[in-house]
Amino acid sequence: MATLVQAVRLALHYGETHLGVTDIFGEDVGPPLGGVFTATQGLKTAWNTPLDERGIVGAAMGLALAGAKPVFEIQFCDYAFNMIDMLKVAGNLRWSSAGAYEMPIVMMVPTGAGIRGSIYHSHSYESQATRLAGWKIAMPSDALDAYGLMLSAIVDPNPVMVLLPKALLRVKGDKLIPGEPSDPAELSRRIDAPVGDRSNWQPDWPDVREYFVPFGSGELMREGPTATVLSYGRLLPVCVQVADELRQSHGIECDVIDLRSLFPYDWPMIARSVRKTGRVMIVNEDTEVTNFGEHLLRRIVEEHFYDLLVRPRLVQGKHLPGIGLNPVYESNSVPQPDHIRSALLALATDPA
Amino acid sequence: MPASDIPPNHRDDEERSVAYGVKPSRFVESGGEILDAERCLEIYRLMVRTRALEERTIKMSKSGEGYFWVGGPGEEAVNVCLGLMIKKGQGPAFDYLHLHYRNAGLLLAMGMPMVDHMRQMAMTATDRHSMGRNFVGHYAIAAWNVVPVTSVIEVQYTMAIGTAMVQKRFESDGVSVAVGGDAGTAQGDFSSCMIWASRPGQEVPVLMLVTNNGYGISTPAHTQHSEEHISDRATPFGIRSDNVNGNDPVATWRALERAFNYCRRSRRPYMLEAAVSRLHGHSSSSGAARVGGEPDVVKIFEDQLIGSGILHRELAEMIRHDAAEEADAAAEQVATEPRPLPSDVEKHTYAPSPVDAIYPDDYTGLPR
Ligand SMILES: Cc1ncc(C[n+]2csc(CCOP(=O)(O)OP(=O)(O)O)c2C)c(N)n1
Repeated sequence: MATLVQAVRLALHYGETHLGVTDIFGEDVGPPLGGVFTATQGLKTAWNTPLDERGIVGAAMGLALAGAKPVFEIQFCDYAFNMIDMLKVAGNLRWSSAGAYEMPIVMMVPTGAGIRGSIYHSHSYESQATRLAGWKIAMPSDALDAYGLMLSAIVDPNPVMVLLPKALLRVKGDKLIPGEPSDPAELSRRIDAPVGDRSNWQPDWPDVREYFVPFGSGELMREGPTATVLSYGRLLPVCVQVADELRQSHGIECDVIDLRSLFPYDWPMIARSVRKTGRVMIVNEDTEVTNFGEHLLRRIVEEHFYDLLVRPRLVQGKHLPGIGLNPVYESNSVPQPDHIRSALLALATDPA
Repeated sequence: MPASDIPPNHRDDEERSVAYGVKPSRFVESGGEILDAERCLEIYRLMVRTRALEERTIKMSKSGEGYFWVGGPGEEAVNVCLGLMIKKGQGPAFDYLHLHYRNAGLLLAMGMPMVDHMRQMAMTATDRHSMGRNFVGHYAIAAWNVVPVTSVIEVQYTMAIGTAMVQKRFESDGVSVAVGGDAGTAQGDFSSCMIWASRPGQEVPVLMLVTNNGYGISTPAHTQHSEEHISDRATPFGIRSDNVNGNDPVATWRALERAFNYCRRSRRPYMLEAAVSRLHGHSSSSGAARVGGEPDVVKIFEDQLIGSGILHRELAEMIRHDAAEEADAAAEQVATEPRPLPSDVEKHTYAPSPVDAIYPDDYTGLPR
């Protein structure tokens, strides 16, 4: 099974061979490295840029304005703060020109904690990103979704940002991408660049096929009548694992929803589940002041107040200037499996 | 097309000159350059029309027909000369325009009717650039590669990199023109443009045009910049550059012509700095009153043309009168045009998408 980052690479390969992608670029994205996380190894349209995030997004916007189909990588979302006004321009360009121009660009960017990345490789970005009206924001939690969301990002004629959970990039999926060889060792032999000199290396791409995860469609990962857990990205698999444990240990059965697409989000799926369970918890690792989860919480409270049996919860990162390197910092400021477990247990057993 | 969309007919200038007993010169000489008389008259007329348009727009900002005004009185020569040189059309075979907010003259020279400018000032639903959403002079015309102007200073220089890359691949002679003021060149985006456009073996045809009016709002350039010319910054990047007196239309024409020729042929970047005046201050937020002490390029050129016998005072007066009438008629026309409705606020946010479960078409508010 492909890892999440291999799935991104396969999607980009499919994009440049079948969906009209003309340019894949960013810092260290072209040969020889193919991306600091290997997302762009072996791609024929991948090239290196100056170390200049504003230049990267500006070039992408210009390429798109002139009819090209660019995908760009920002190396870490921690470095996507100096370009936020340009992201605003990309998001409002169609609206402000009353439809005269479109802005079909794809930005992919590793985000979040979990790799001992210290203060500047651990930021989350979804709360900033979802404020960028005019964009679509996606965040996969496994390889197949990464593939399907990347293909959707490529064919969607609007600006799309795909947030890649850094800590899951090397996690293997449990579902095959259409056309993916079933032996992961074979896949690796065919598409992973060798360590060391790779000047004569060529990937041997498998014949992967079209597979879209539409924006605005969540996935119900676990089903149960007791509570609703809404999550995405790195903490989604943790939520699934915690739900499985509570089913085993306490017989508590919950809906676990992987949002996958943060804007637009699958409100029908959220609303259906909240109506059913009356108990809801949102889990993410971004910091807690003006967290994206607060928006969902606000809508749930305003629109489903009388469906709620107990107070809803938001499990999230602490409002701090950063995530420190010593593991004590991360484990005491970013939600850990234990926090999620006790929060879910409390939610499920809170007397109505 | 409504009558006011049609520029006034060109009168037969030569006939009139002869009637007045002036023998017209065939060239105008200025700043060590020459330009033929017919071209000079064409430029002059467009400059006068631009000035009339700006003055009428300023009036709208004071009369309540519009709110904020920003524009380019004092920059008419650069704009008009530039506009007449644009390879106009859609797609990478043509020039891309990444503009500042003082470029009315450029668009008039390309053939934009005055009403298209006035509609934006009056915030009408018929405003083709933004449906009444953006400030005046924030144009967007896909058919002419005029990419949407944004108020964010200097971002146009980074976008120009991308359009120029496509132009170079396309093997056209199209150029990406990026225009900005002097203060804005302190932004990193200006440096980004120089760095990206001059990458070895990957140079791209961007014409970086700096209109230097000596100020960023209230801050004099010399208090923030030590370089003598902004265009000197091009040198270490191996980018060819020049600077020109933007109050001299003949010299400006020639300087722009050299810049375009270089970009079209070499497929490399070029930087041109033009010294211009700012005749009505920064914008309506500083009152937009006419300021003293700055050279007026329309007046300067008019005197030059009269001195060369190409123009005479009465004809100049008529050209000005016609231009003012044209601007008045355009302002009057837009006053009665429909305004955007509350139901328009979400329109044009998203392009239709085959892979969106919530917004297959346009944005419709939060997901339901
Ligand atoms: C990034 C950014 N910062 C600040 C502003 C506010 N602002 C608008 S115009 C301006 C001055 C621009 O001066 P200059 O680049 O010389 O252009 P000019 O207006 O003189 O033509 C400023 C600071 C802005 N629009 N964008």
